[in-house]
Amino acid sequence: MALPLKTAHASQTEDFESDPKIVKFVVVKKREEQAKEEVLSFEEAMLPHLDAAHNLARWLLRNEQDAQDVVQEAFLRAFKSFGGFHGSNGRAWLLTIVRNTSYTLLKKSHAVDLTTNFDEEIHATGYESVNPATALEHCEDAQLIREAMDALPAEFREILVLRHQEGLSYKEIAEIAQIPPGTVMSRLARARAKLKEYLAGRIAKEK
Amino acid sequence: MNCEEATKLMDGYLDGELDPITSQALEQHLRECGRCDQAYKTQGSLIRAIGNATPYFKAPAELRERIQSSLRKETTGQPVRNGVRGAQVLSYKRQPEPRSILSEAPWNWLGLAAALFFAAIIIFNVVPRLQRPGADQFLETQLIASHVRSLMANHLTDVASSDQHTVKPWLDAKLDFAPPVVDLSSEGFPLVGGRLDYLDNRPVAALIYQRRKHFINFFVWPAGADAARSTKAMTREGYQLLHWKDSDFNYWAVSDVNEKELQEFKQLFEQQILPH
Repeated sequence: MALPLKTAHASQTEDFESDPKIVKFVVVKKREEQAKEEVLSFEEAMLPHLDAAHNLARWLLRNEQDAQDVVQEAFLRAFKSFGGFHGSNGRAWLLTIVRNTSYTLLKKSHAVDLTTNFDEEIHATGYESVNPATALEHCEDAQLIREAMDALPAEFREILVLRHQEGLSYKEIAEIAQIPPGTVMSRLARARAKLKEYLAGRIAKEK
Repeated sequence: MNCEEATKLMDGYLDGELDPITSQALEQHLRECGRCDQAYKTQGSLIRAIGNATPYFKAPAELRERIQSSLRKETTGQPVRNGVRGAQVLSYKRQPEPRSILSEAPWNWLGLAAALFFAAIIIFNVVPRLQRPGADQFLETQLIASHVRSLMANHLTDVASSDQHTVKPWLDAKLDFAPPVVDLSSEGFPLVGGRLDYLDNRPVAALIYQRRKHFINFFVWPAGADAARSTKAMTREGYQLLHWKDSDFNYWAVSDVNEKELQEFKQLFEQQILPH
């Protein structure tokens, strides 16, 4: 009597369909594969923009370690909301997240230079007060440009990076920096004027 | 164009972001004004110099690897936050390698399975009971959605006219029924126009009335055979809905005006259609 019972039991455990462990294993495996595909399609879309993301974060935070942490955080955030991204401009989308993540950190570390009250007066007189030729002599100096950029407020650094290094259109810049499209041109002009002013100041000091 | 305007537009011109007409006007000014032309050339070289001389910080290979491994950790459901920096900007590095799901004790699977099982019970049994909308509620939701959409998508009217003798024939031609259209402008509810909509599985007429700055979407479609006079008013998601029936039609008025005004609208409307 005992023998047939035992075989019945044995055949039951070998039946893959009815073994809950194996069924669960298959479910877990399937989910893993799905997740892997998600990661791959995300990476394919976003990793090409890694340099742009890093460059923007680096200029905004002025610190390599912070920039790397922010980029990593931004990629994770992007990954989590990747399902909701249906646009065609992956770079602008990613850079928006990088920018917001950078600002979160800047605000947390109480950076005071997020915006500037730098007014139109300076802009209006900027063209006359700075001798453009002398400013330009030093423009090719990467070290000096870098110092000048670092001295600017974040909103100027970001707009210069987006325009000059990423070559983005005003529309894309407006989207990323979350400002009205009509503001981009004037803010760029102010950023450039401020940069020029800084360069001229440095030259005056050297003399 | 004067020098001040030219200075303002110069950056946009150099960035290739001006429209052709403004560009031409600026070019014209630069030909005429040596001073601005000089400023333009200088600004051009400055812009080129910024582009050329600003260092570009490429991402180190190590960062790419870090991101790729953190993405994989994210999907295997391992907790990756460790709050090293005490901030929400997180440090995902220095994590122990996640154990493969295969090497984990079967107890974890059982726990997961149990959790899924209970979640399934909740989803299949409890949630529908809480949320299952009745047919009426579903229609109300559709009505509000249609009202909101009409205001949002800039598609309030298909035929914009305050003249009932324009709106009515237009709707009659598009629908298999002839909705009553009345003008109530003298009573403070001017007719704005008409629109076709689709509700309750059929094309319906939407008449748009205005009450001061507010719009009323007034939906009309034939009442079924069991038409009995009835009225009900309700508020949903901040919108006011008023529904009534007569021997011919179903009426739904949806708006953000208050109930009293919708009732007034109904009264006026009924008075107007009486003689017909």
